[in-house]
Amino acid sequence: MTEVSMVVNGRKVSGNVEGRTLLSAFLRENLGLTGTHVGCDTSQCGACVVHVDGAAVKSCTMFALDAEGADVATIEGQAAPDGTLNVIQQAFQDYHGLQCGFCTPGMVMSAAALLKENPKPSEAEIRDYLEGNICRCTGYHNIVRAIMAASGQDVPAVAAE
Amino acid sequence: MYNFEFVKPATVDEAVAALQAEDAQPLSGGQTLIPTMKQRLNAPSTLVSLIGIDSLKGVSEAGGVLTIGAGTTHATVAAEAGAYPALAALAGGIGDPAVRNRGTIGGSLANNDPAACYPAAALGSGATVVTNTREIAIDDYFQGMFTTALEEGEIITAVKFPIPEKANYQKFEQPASRFALVGVFVAKTADGVRVAVTGASEEGVFRWTEAEAALSANFAPGAIEGLSASADGLIGDLHGTPAYRASLIKTLTKRAVTAA
Amino acid sequence: MPKDHGIGASSKRREDVRFLTGEGNYTDDINIAGQTYVHFLRSDVAHGTITNIDSSAAEAMDGVLRVFTAKDFEAVGGIPCGWQVTDKFGEPMQEPKHPVLAEGKVRYVGDPIAAVVAETPELARDAAEAIVVDIDELPAVVDMKAALTDGATKVHDDLTSNLCYDWGFVEENKAAVDDAIANAAHVTTLELVNNRLVANPMEPRVAIGDYSRGTDDYTLYTTSQNPHVIRLLMGAFVLGIPEHKLRVVAPDVGGGFGTKIFHYAEEAFVTFAAKAVNRPVKWTSSRSEAFISDAHGRDHVTKIELALDKDNNFTALRCETYANMGAYLSTFAPSVPTWLHGTLLAGNYTTPLVYTNVKAVFTNTVPVDAYRGAGRPEATFQLERVVDKAARELGVDPTELRRQNFIKPDQFPYDTPVAVTYDTGNYHATLDKALEMSDYANFDKRVAESKSRGKLRGLGVAHFIEACGIAPSNLVGQLGARAGLYESATVRVNATGSISVLTGSHSHGQGHETTFPQVIAEMIGIDESQIDIVHGDTSKTPMGMGTYGSRSIAVGGSAMVRAAEKVINKAKKIAAHLMEASEADIELADGQFTVAGTDKSVAWGDVTLAAYVPHNYPLEDIEPGLEETAFYDPSNFTYPSGAYFCEVEVDPETGEVDVLGFTAADDFGTVINPMIVEGQVHGGVAQGIGQALLENCSYDDNGQLLSGSYMDYAMPRASDLPSFDVDHSCQTPCTHNPLGVKGCGEAGAIGSPPALVNGVIDALHRGGYPVEHINMPLSPSRVWEAIQSMK
Repeated sequence: MTEVSMVVNGRKVSGNVEGRTLLSAFLRENLGLTGTHVGCDTSQCGACVVHVDGAAVKSCTMFALDAEGADVATIEGQAAPDGTLNVIQQAFQDYHGLQCGFCTPGMVMSAAALLKENPKPSEAEIRDYLEGNICRCTGYHNIVRAIMAASGQDVPAVAAE
Repeated sequence: MYNFEFVKPATVDEAVAALQAEDAQPLSGGQTLIPTMKQRLNAPSTLVSLIGIDSLKGVSEAGGVLTIGAGTTHATVAAEAGAYPALAALAGGIGDPAVRNRGTIGGSLANNDPAACYPAAALGSGATVVTNTREIAIDDYFQGMFTTALEEGEIITAVKFPIPEKANYQKFEQPASRFALVGVFVAKTADGVRVAVTGASEEGVFRWTEAEAALSANFAPGAIEGLSASADGLIGDLHGTPAYRASLIKTLTKRAVTAA
Repeated sequence: MPKDHGIGASSKRREDVRFLTGEGNYTDDINIAGQTYVHFLRSDVAHGTITNIDSSAAEAMDGVLRVFTAKDFEAVGGIPCGWQVTDKFGEPMQEPKHPVLAEGKVRYVGDPIAAVVAETPELARDAAEAIVVDIDELPAVVDMKAALTDGATKVHDDLTSNLCYDWGFVEENKAAVDDAIANAAHVTTLELVNNRLVANPMEPRVAIGDYSRGTDDYTLYTTSQNPHVIRLLMGAFVLGIPEHKLRVVAPDVGGGFGTKIFHYAEEAFVTFAAKAVNRPVKWTSSRSEAFISDAHGRDHVTKIELALDKDNNFTALRCETYANMGAYLSTFAPSVPTWLHGTLLAGNYTTPLVYTNVKAVFTNTVPVDAYRGAGRPEATFQLERVVDKAARELGVDPTELRRQNFIKPDQFPYDTPVAVTYDTGNYHATLDKALEMSDYANFDKRVAESKSRGKLRGLGVAHFIEACGIAPSNLVGQLGARAGLYESATVRVNATGSISVLTGSHSHGQGHETTFPQVIAEMIGIDESQIDIVHGDTSKTPMGMGTYGSRSIAVGGSAMVRAAEKVINKAKKIAAHLMEASEADIELADGQFTVAGTDKSVAWGDVTLAAYVPHNYPLEDIEPGLEETAFYDPSNFTYPSGAYFCEVEVDPETGEVDVLGFTAADDFGTVINPMIVEGQVHGGVAQGIGQALLENCSYDDNGQLLSGSYMDYAMPRASDLPSFDVDHSCQTPCTHNPLGVKGCGEAGAIGSPPALVNGVIDALHRGGYPVEHINMPLSPSRVWEAIQSMK
C-alpha cells in the first residue's frame, strides 16, 4: 500500500491504496464519495467522470496514484455549500434530464467541462461532446435541452411545446 | 486487475531505468491499457507512469515540421496543433472528451491498436518517431497489429510530423467502440501523396499504394474511381465484412481528398 | 394553461435532488460492517460436463473465507420459473432445474460454476482464478432451428428435446386462418428476426446478503424492480426462508428495463452464503459480467403472413415464431413469446382471424426474458413490417392501408380474435396527429433535397397497441402465471396531516416519488410536498408485485387511489362528527371539509389530528387513526396505442443511416405528469432505435458471445439520436381504472423499431434499391450489403 494525497472538492484527503486502485475506487471506497458511479469496465459509459486539475476524466480509467497532488472535483462538490444546486444541476431538474440517476453524475461533470470550453454549444456540439457518456433512460433529448438551458440559451419549457 | 508496483518518474532517464524491472510496462494515459488490465489480459509487475514527465509534453512547429511530445494528450494536440489542422482534427475525434484528456500520442503509437487513429496520421504524414535512443522512420515503425519497432524498455519521446500541403482524415466509426471501423488519412506533399488506412487490416495500419500513385498524378477523387481496395487480409467481424471495409476504404479516401 | 400542481402538472422531480448531488443510495453504495465479497467463477465454454473442480489452492489463499460449488446447494431448491405455459396439446412446458451454481454441466458462457467469498473483491477474483475446473466440452446448441432437429445435442439431458413448448394461439382458429390465407386475394409474407438484446441499465446488478445469528433474520439488498417477488421466489422456492425472517430491500435502482424483474442466482447465493460464513456477502457485477449473467431480451425468428381481400381489407394473419429461452427458464421467460406476444397480433386492426405458433427453444446461451415491452415489441415489429410490405406490394399509401383496417373509434370496446378486449382507443386520431406533426404532406420535397446531396431519404410509419397495466390476476392465473398481479398501497396519514404512501410499485427511474403524490394531492387538495412515497423495502410496504409492464400508475396508482378513497371516507366521518353534521353532506376540496350548503368547514389537518388525538371523536363508530390499505386487481389490461413516424437518411455509399426525426403521437389515456410521460417516451424510443439501428447480442457457432462489452455491443449515444417530437394529446381514458390511465413506460420501445426499419426500406425503394427487408440492427454494413444486392 502506498499513501496518496489529493484535494477533493476543496478538501485535502489522503489514504492508502494499492497500485491497482482506480481513482473511482479511491473516491467511492476510501472517501465514501459514492456519487461517482461505475457503469462499465471498458471506459465508455462515463458514469465515473470527474474533473482532475480542471479536466474531465474517467475516474475508472485512471489510477489513484496518478492523481497524487491533484485537484479533483466530483458531483458531491457541485452544489453550493448551502445545498443550492448549481446552474447545470438545476437545469437537469428543470428539464427532466435524468431518470434513474445513475449516469447523472458523469453527465453533469461532462456538461460542466463542455460549458467551460464552449459556453454556448449548439445541439450538435452537445451531442458530440457526450460521446463518452451513455444514458439508457432519457434518450438524451432532455439532457441536451438541460445543457442548452444551463448555457443560457432559450429552450422551450418542458412538456409545453 | 492484478496488482503491480506503481512508479511515477519525473524524467525520461528515471523512466527508462524503472522500465528495466522485470515485466515493467510504461503507462502513458492508459485509456487502452487500463481496460485491458481490468480484463486481466495484461499483467505488468511494475507500471511506469509517464504522465509526470514534463519534457514529454508539448506541441511546437519549426521549419515545416510539427513536433509533438509523446506525453501530449489528444485534447492538447486538438487545441494546439493548429499548424497541422488535419492532425488537430484527428486528435479531436479520438474517443471522447474525457479519453482525450488522458490519452497521449505516444501511448497510442506505442500500442498500435489496429483501429486507432494516430497510426493513420503518422503513417499518412510520413512522420518520424523519436525515442530515448533513436529516430525511427514511420515506414519502419509499424510491424503488424500491436507490434512496433520499439525495443523493450524504449520510450517514445516525441513524434515529428512534416506538415503537408493538404491533408484530411476520414473516420468511419465502428458503432459500438467508436474506434475506426475504417479510417483513411490522406496527405499531399511536394513529394507526392500518402494514403494511410487504419481499422481495416488484420496487420494494422497500412498504405494504399495504388491510390497514392493515382492521387500523386491527379489529386482529385475521380483519380481513384477506377481503383478498388483489395479485401484480402482485411478484418471481417460483427461490424463488417472485408468487402465492406474495402468499399469504405475507397469511399473514405475520395472523401478525404475532397475535404483536404 | 397547464396545471401547476396535481394531476396533469409537470411537477419537477423531487428525487432529482439526491441524484444530482451524488446522494443517491444505490445498492453498491451500501457497505455493511464486516462485509465480504464474492466472485463467481463462470464457465468460458457454452456447453460441457464438469469432470472435476479443485478449489484447494483457492481455499488456502490468505483472505479467502470459503469456496462454494453446487454440492453446497444440494439442500436448496433451484431458481424457480414464475410462469407455466401449456402447449398446443394441453401439456405443460418442459421445465429444467436451474441450480444456483452449475450442477454437473455448464450450459452457457457465464454459467456460474463456483463462488469464492473473500475479504476483498480482488482477492475473491484472484482466488477464483486458482480454482481448477475440468470440463469435457460438448457441442454447443446455438441455432434454434438446428436445436429442434432430430439428433440435436440436448441442452438438458433429462428433457425429451430442446423444445420447451410448442404453443398455438388461437388453436381453434388455425383451420380457418389456413383457409383464409389459402383463398386470399393477396398474401404478403415476410421472414424476419427480432434481434437479441441486452437491457443494459446503466447500473450493473448488485446483491448484498446479510444474516443475523442473534435473530435468525436475513436481509437481501438487491437491484430489483420488485423486492416482494424476490422475497417470495427466493424465500419459498430456493432457500426455504419464511417471509417474516427475510427482508428484501431494493433501494435506489439505476434502471431496470425488465432485466431487474427476475430472481437471479446471485441473489440466492449471497443470502445463503451470508449465513454460511456468518458475514455479510456483497456481489457487484462488472459490465462484462452483466453481459453474460443478466437475462437477455427478444431473440425471435419469425415468418408472418398477412392475407387481404380484393379491397385490401385484412382477412387473416398467421405467424410462426421460434423463441429463444436460453439455457434455463428465467422468471417470466415462457410468458413473453406467448401471452405477451400472441395476444397483441391483432394490433390496431380488425383482422378477424389470427393464428400464431410459437416454439420456445433451449439453447446454450444466457437465459432470455422480458426486456422493455417484452413480447409486444416482437408482435408489433412483425405486424407493422408485414403491413408496410403489403402496402408496397399493393401500391397503396402505408398510412391509408392502415387507416382502412383500423378498429374504428365507435367499435370500442373491441373484442379481438386473440382473447383480449380493447376498452378504448382512437387510432385515427393518433395517425392524424402524427401526419400533422411529421409534415407528411411535404415529405417529397425533403426527399428531393436529400437526393441533391446524394442521400436517400425515407419515412417510416408504424402503429402500435400494447396490453399493459399488467394484469388481472385471475386471467393470468388461467394463462399459467404462478403469481398474482395486483398491486398494493397503504396511505398512512400522520397526525398533522402529512402522508406517507407505502406502495408495492418500485421506481427505478420512473419518478413515482413525484407522480404518486400528485394524485393524492389532487384527491385531497393539499400540497404535494405534504406527501412522500415509501417503496422498495419488504419490511415497510405491503406485499406488492413491483414495476414492469407499464403497470405502476395503472395498477399501483389505482391501489393508492382506492386506499386514499378509504382514508377520505373515514376522514369525512370524523369531519362530520367535528362539525355535527351528516356524513352524507361532507365535501372535501382544497384540503377543507365543508358541510354542503353551509359555511361550516374544518381543515384536513384538524381532522387528521382528531384521528390521532381522539378527544372529540366518534369512538363508538370508528377506530382512531387514519391509515388504510388497498389491494387493487385490475379487471383488464390497459391498451395504450400510438402512431410513430421515423424520418431517415441513408448514405448509399457507406450504408449509414441517419435518424433525422422521430414523431410519436401516443394515447396514454389520462396523463399525471406530462414531463415524466414524455421522458418515458424519449427513453423508450431511444431503446427502440437502439434495437433497430445499433444493438445486437450475437453468439458464434460455439456459443461464444461476440458482443460481450460496449466495445462490440453498440449502445445508443447522444449523437446517434435526433430530438424527438412527442405528443400525448389524443387521450381516450381507460374505462376500468379509477384514474383513466394506461401506462407509458414501454410504448416507445414497442412502436419505434418498425417505424425506423420501414423508414430505411422506404428510403431504399425511393432510391432505386427495392430491398424487401433487412434484419435489425440496420448497421451500416447490413444496409450497404442490401444495397449491393440490388446492384
